[in-house]
Amino acid sequence: MPELGRAALVATLGLVLWALVAGGWAARTRRRRLAQSAQNALLAGFGTTTVAAAVLVGAFLRDDFSFVTAADASSRELPLRYAISAAWSSQAGSLLLWLLVLTGFSAAAVLLNRRTSRDVVAWATPVLGGVATFFAFLLVAVASPFETQAMPLDGRGLNPSLQNPYMMAHPPLLYLGFVGLTVPFAFAIGSLFARRTDERWIVATRRWALFAWTALGIGQLLGAKWAYEEVGWGGYFAWDPVENAALMPWLAATAFLHSVMIQEKRAMLKVWNVLLVIFAFSLSLFGTFLTRSGILSSIHSFTQSSIGPWFLGFISLVVLGSLALVFARLPLLRARTRLESLVSREATFLYNNLLLVALTLTILWGVAYPILTEAVRGEAVTLGRPYYDFFLQVFGLPLLLLMGIGPLVAWRRASVRSLVRTFAWPFGAALATGLILLGLGAGSSIPGLIAYSFSAFVLGSIALEFTRGTRARRALSGGSWPRAFSDLVARNRRRYGGYVVHCAIVLLAIGIAGSSAYDTVREGKLVRGETLAVGDYRLTYRELEETPAANATEIRAVLDVRRGGDDLGTVSAGKNAYTVERQVSNEVGIRSDLVTGEDLFVIAEQVNPDGSVYFRVFVKPLVNLIWLAGFVFLLGSLIALWPDAREQRRLAVRYAAAGATSER
Amino acid sequence: MSIALALGALLAVACVLLVALPYLREPQAADDTLDQPGELQQRQLDIAEIRDRALASLKELELDHRTGKVSDEDYRALVGPLRREAAEALHALEPRTQEAREGVRVEPPG
Repeated sequence: MPELGRAALVATLGLVLWALVAGGWAARTRRRRLAQSAQNALLAGFGTTTVAAAVLVGAFLRDDFSFVTAADASSRELPLRYAISAAWSSQAGSLLLWLLVLTGFSAAAVLLNRRTSRDVVAWATPVLGGVATFFAFLLVAVASPFETQAMPLDGRGLNPSLQNPYMMAHPPLLYLGFVGLTVPFAFAIGSLFARRTDERWIVATRRWALFAWTALGIGQLLGAKWAYEEVGWGGYFAWDPVENAALMPWLAATAFLHSVMIQEKRAMLKVWNVLLVIFAFSLSLFGTFLTRSGILSSIHSFTQSSIGPWFLGFISLVVLGSLALVFARLPLLRARTRLESLVSREATFLYNNLLLVALTLTILWGVAYPILTEAVRGEAVTLGRPYYDFFLQVFGLPLLLLMGIGPLVAWRRASVRSLVRTFAWPFGAALATGLILLGLGAGSSIPGLIAYSFSAFVLGSIALEFTRGTRARRALSGGSWPRAFSDLVARNRRRYGGYVVHCAIVLLAIGIAGSSAYDTVREGKLVRGETLAVGDYRLTYRELEETPAANATEIRAVLDVRRGGDDLGTVSAGKNAYTVERQVSNEVGIRSDLVTGEDLFVIAEQVNPDGSVYFRVFVKPLVNLIWLAGFVFLLGSLIALWPDAREQRRLAVRYAAAGATSER
Repeated sequence: MSIALALGALLAVACVLLVALPYLREPQAADDTLDQPGELQQRQLDIAEIRDRALASLKELELDHRTGKVSDEDYRALVGPLRREAAEALHALEPRTQEAREGVRVEPPG
């Protein structure tokens, strides 16, 4: 079967190369059948990549260790669910997943848009083909997942820290995000090549951008949850270069999703939007490069490999080529309108964009700094957590405040009188929150206090928006309050879905501020019967248990937990000793209080032969709001993503009236 | 090995057929030119965008005014230019106007 996998990948390379070359030629010479042929090649490329992926996953499921990739990342004892996710835990497997998602998205984007934006699609096809050609070439010539060997008795097994349910979903979601950004990029570049700088490329791709952004956001939260439960250091985000690699394109895409609204509403920022799309896509490539080149040391990254120079070359080509094209098309991208006032919705979006881009560039500098210092001075100098935390506060807190200001300011301009009236309630909520928290002793962390006050301001402004909107809707069409509320959301899903996402970001901010600025930590060595006090909790080490599991031996220290006079049951923390992999993983104990959102987090740092255990225990207030934010974020994104029939009809009328649609 | 080869050959044939499909369907196409919006259609698209943008802005302005986000004074200052913009775009998209202006550049309002 490896021959079939190899043949399928070679076929993919041929097909996407055809999409690049024939598609480019067809767009340039305006040949219809050739353009259709190139588009069909993208569809066929998805089919052949699916066959290749099926061959690889099949090898993992059959424990066919004649495949080097399967032997390196799986074993006979590995549970089935992890055998599937192991397929993309290897470098070559992950590149194959990239290509699979890319060809799938390319085929879907072409199919969905070839009637309404055929001139743009004709140019987007070779761009999509070009990106796919790069990845297919890597898989065929540089990092093949179908290398074979004499079949060993067993594989080396999967890294124990990757044997976690969150790790099954985290990488595919990140790939959906990274690769999803290819579609807006291809259509933006396609529209520039075609000299069509109207709104169609935005209409065609904004849901792709939103989808990619949602997938990246959820993927990162799942990665944070995995780090929290599996890595066992007491946190969920460490500003690791590979974590940053996923955060940067998400931030750039966040900026794009806001600024694109300015183009839609005010026909402004055309150049900025194209640049943001190029920036976000280049960052997704850079993130992939960081993970796969082995240039940086990270628990997430793959080992040293030969694909780094190829990636650097491709990223340079994308960035320089795209910028040259934007420069050549500048006259077509001139804005028709100007910013009327510095106090307007579009102005707040602009400030939001500047802060987001500044934060992204700051993180990029932090990620690139060790690489640059190593290249220049021969010694890598890493910028640590204080660097990132400082800039997160500098740019993040104003961003949080803007989330509350933006929705309350009208488009074009707003007078001081209306602003004072509109801001009164949210400002009161923020002030009251700040004073109450100060009274409760939250002044120990000024950034935390500011974050909570700003969060109250944002929630106040969102509540005001929903209340006023529902009241206005009810006044207009009558009916009940719930009916008016659902009508309001249904008639403007992007706006109100966006507000729900803002609520998620507020929950995230509260969770991060609470768990990082107000946490408590204690550590100590305990023998059976001894007690450790942490915050309001008292933990008594009861016993050490050893249990054989499917592919590991589980060692757990059991602690009785009491708070005040209440018995809260037990919490267990320890180690897993994996037999095949010959590795030991940290298994933390977490007791969540779903009412307060607080976690008691126990790490058994060292289990000694005499049965004593060295524990590190955290109390993390409000940390569960971070995971709750994930659900709210998903809900808001789904509301915004949900197809809007009214909008579809309006667009259909617009394109039909202008003769832009085609049956061919 | 033989099954893999057979499947590989089948896959290759299917791919070639799919890629060649436009030529197999129309071996002698009467018109093989990629259909693209002409200059006039592109201008119509641009104006339709302006019309839709102005109408959506008017709708949003009405809602913002009704909810109290926009004061009466701001509303009066903003509603006029938006209505004018929408009216000019609607007028420019009328068939008779299009015929009259065919070949003449339609300057988008605003």
